[in-house]
Amino acid sequence: MRYAMAIDTKRCVGCSDCVVACQTENKVPIGFCRDWIVETTTGTYPQLQMEIRSERCNHCTDAPCVRACPTKASHYGAGGIVTVDHEECIGCKACIASCPYDARYVHPEGYVDKCTFCIHRVEQGEHPACVAVCPTHAMTFGDMDDRMSDIFKLVSRRKWKTLIPEAGTRPNIYYLI
Amino acid sequence: MVEELITSGRLTPEVDPILHIWGWEIPLYLFLGGFAAGILFFSALFTLQNKENRYPMAVKILPFAVPVLLAIGLGALFLDLSHKFYFWQLYTNIRWESPMSWGAWTLLLVTPLSIVWAASWLEEAFPKFDLRYNWLKEILSDLKPYRKHMAWALIILAVILGMYTGILLSAFNARPFWNSAIMGPLFLTSGLSTAAASVTLLTRNQEERSDFTKIDLLLIAIELFFIIHMFMGFLASTQVHVQAAELFLGGKFTVPFWVWVVGIGLTIPAILEILELRKHHVPIFVSAVLVIAGSVMLRFIVVEAGQASRWLY
Repeated sequence: MRYAMAIDTKRCVGCSDCVVACQTENKVPIGFCRDWIVETTTGTYPQLQMEIRSERCNHCTDAPCVRACPTKASHYGAGGIVTVDHEECIGCKACIASCPYDARYVHPEGYVDKCTFCIHRVEQGEHPACVAVCPTHAMTFGDMDDRMSDIFKLVSRRKWKTLIPEAGTRPNIYYLI
Repeated sequence: MVEELITSGRLTPEVDPILHIWGWEIPLYLFLGGFAAGILFFSALFTLQNKENRYPMAVKILPFAVPVLLAIGLGALFLDLSHKFYFWQLYTNIRWESPMSWGAWTLLLVTPLSIVWAASWLEEAFPKFDLRYNWLKEILSDLKPYRKHMAWALIILAVILGMYTGILLSAFNARPFWNSAIMGPLFLTSGLSTAAASVTLLTRNQEERSDFTKIDLLLIAIELFFIIHMFMGFLASTQVHVQAAELFLGGKFTVPFWVWVVGIGLTIPAILEILELRKHHVPIFVSAVLVIAGSVMLRFIVVEAGQASRWLY
């Protein structure tokens, strides 16, 4: 099993619903975020192209944060997701330094926190909060090892990219382009 | 020309707009750890070569500073942790892939050993010091036959302690400026140079001073070579590494690095040391103090610059 997410940049309108849903679901303290919106404008006027992405931890298959962690607090959980055990985290911040996506932050309670793919919801058979609320159905979550899953079919059919593949992290978030 | 404008909705403290998770605590520790490693290395090396009477300051006296330096450094590390009272988790896990983990274990071995090592020299280093208790004196004299064994262990541990801090930074591929294999050897050389300079500063033995001046001169030359080599590596690498090097070649770290570290911290002390070896009258403390100050600056600038360098996408 390999949990992954496909995010359709052609459908995303950058409404930030996913950000708000995540903050509510996971009680993310004010001023912090586990997911966020990025807008890029490429080209030279008048030939401009815009892309909107909802970004979060990429739950990398080769996660540098898991390598950097001195205590096994950052580890691969069920379905290959990268999670932080709060009771084992000493707050050394090596994982934050090691993440090329800057997806982690120090929670005011001291431990390092990040996206969990809402594993507590997934275990109950629900979608992650961001996926569940997306008004344009831009996000698809599922198991990439299951050839019958929606995400596998979508990623097989569409053109996609991952963020900074050259960093060697093998991300599990696919941006459909 | 194609340009890309990125607007991010994220403004996480300590991460945006540039990473600033590590303040003064980490570079201070990197300096103190390197300094302590340098002192232990010379002390152990010259003990193995039976040169303790030729180099009394380096072998017998300076090791007394090591437990103090390490204690301050460990205090700084502790202050940096944001989930402090879970720090013991470092010692319930061994993670070979994490340089921070083997650094923590090295410190656990080297700190007590450095105390025992210094104690074994107490009688020779400070003959007037009265221990008062006879049982303590007996323990200390029992330690002496094991000095060579301790020296072998210390030489290995000192190299690991001096290098791992640089390897720790170089292992972060997310921060292009740290991501250079030169970082480990550079920090080790800088730590050894700091220790050699402090010997020349404190010793009253003319022979020891001139020998350590020569050692320091060689170490400064190696450091300059590493620095040039590091920038050659960056400039021959990917776009993000070129951009990281540009922080130092016209960017905001240009003056602090080339003037304070390379100029005042390495080149000027090297010139002063050459003059001194040629029997010109140069105040000895100037070059030593500059080397030590340069070594502090190096750690602060490297830690700061690594956090300012990043992948852009």
